Amino acid sequence: MNFIFDAIAFIVDGTNWPGPLGLAARLQQHVFITALSVVIAAAIAVPLGLVIGHTGRARSAVIAITGAARALPTFGVLTLFVLIGLQFGAGLSLGPVIIVLVILAIPPLLAGAYAGVEAVDRLTVDAARAQGMTEWQILSRVELPLALPLLVGGLRSATLQVVATATIAAYFAQGGLGRYLIEGLSTKDYTRAVIGAILVAALALLLDGLFAVVQKLVVPRGVSRDATRTKRSSTGSSATRPARSIDATRTPVTEG
Amino acid sequence: MTWLWNNSGLVLGLLADHARLSAIPILIGFTASLPIGWIASRSRILRAVLLTVFNVLYTIPALALFVVLPGLLGTKILDETNVVVALSIYAVAMMLRGTVDAFGSVSPDVLQSATAQGFSSTSRFWTVQFPLAGPVLLANLRVVSVSTVSLLSVAALVGSGGLGRLFTEGYSRGFIPEIVVGIVFTVLLALLFDAILVVAGRVLMPWSRRMSAPTRIPSPQAVVTGGGAR
Repeated sequence: MNFIFDAIAFIVDGTNWPGPLGLAARLQQHVFITALSVVIAAAIAVPLGLVIGHTGRARSAVIAITGAARALPTFGVLTLFVLIGLQFGAGLSLGPVIIVLVILAIPPLLAGAYAGVEAVDRLTVDAARAQGMTEWQILSRVELPLALPLLVGGLRSATLQVVATATIAAYFAQGGLGRYLIEGLSTKDYTRAVIGAILVAALALLLDGLFAVVQKLVVPRGVSRDATRTKRSSTGSSATRPARSIDATRTPVTEG
Repeated sequence: MTWLWNNSGLVLGLLADHARLSAIPILIGFTASLPIGWIASRSRILRAVLLTVFNVLYTIPALALFVVLPGLLGTKILDETNVVVALSIYAVAMMLRGTVDAFGSVSPDVLQSATAQGFSSTSRFWTVQFPLAGPVLLANLRVVSVSTVSLLSVAALVGSGGLGRLFTEGYSRGFIPEIVVGIVFTVLLALLFDAILVVAGRVLMPWSRRMSAPTRIPSPQAVVTGGGAR
């Protein structure tokens, strides 16, 4: 218990925050690495996922990619890329770490975008088409707004995964809150390790809470949980289940 | 390949450690999620509370949990128990919503007819509700199994055994083949566990093969969830 109290005392002490090696700087680095990786990954994965969801092409590829990503040990992939970077003379730069974090963030983002569009009732899409909307209009004005909760859900799990993995990345002399953790472990200064652990956990919980709120806010007006729930039970298809998606994006629910 | 051949003893030892250290949390997670999920499926409030608690625990990054647990449990920081407890918590968290859904997916009509036929509530659970929830439970267990195997490699940073040690060692020696061997064997172990679960499912639930065939396609939210290095 002592480690934890000491660590909390250290964190609460305002004098430990400023400075180039202070808590604030480490926190800022962590947030920067996370944001950069997630933004790059989103720029690649979200448009791709929306198109896949709209056309229905390559959906089995998405499922295969997300399944395979789950089995890959991220720590190993991170080590591999950093070592390859070292051998190509990149030094201990941020590059290889960012590449791995981007690769890591792509599957949940891709799946969120794809699943969000896929979950839109086909009757709604047909109705939009019958009203004379072009395919682009259908995607941007009908499918995208309805897909937003699931899309944000994908963003949420991608961000949390990147926050967690950015911690591990500190093993390779990178910045961020993981630095405390790794240094503490290697010098057997457990209070220091616990400081890193508490701050990383707090950051993860804060981001998770923020995304939970955003997820609720982006539900289009007129789409209430009850309305979608009755629709689901009447269609009965496993592909049209948007109702629970609002809070179900975090935990695996697989069928079959 | 030469490296693997010369160090096959080391790799097999770590593989065995990895199998043991991931199998225990998978089993604990599955077993613990059954009563918790059953309780949660009985009441709306408990459902909300339990899902929130485990969701919060699941949000905490793995390395952070490995480091904080010794302070809470009174264990040594390099104790394997920390890793097993942390991975079990994640396993329950990943499993729980699926378990609630699985029990909820059994039609109330079926349960009522079982009661009408004179089943006690215990035997109704074990002989009717549990087997009918089986396929959904299995699907969730497979996700938990794969995620746990890959997540365990992070434990090498807190000195725990398992294939993750090939990553820390390979990195400190700057030796890429060792890392590739670690990645490949971790994935192979995940596939092996998955195959065991699929076979066990076929043996224990021979009816599900016919029933689940048309619903092979995962639901949208199933693909959203990542797993990976939390």
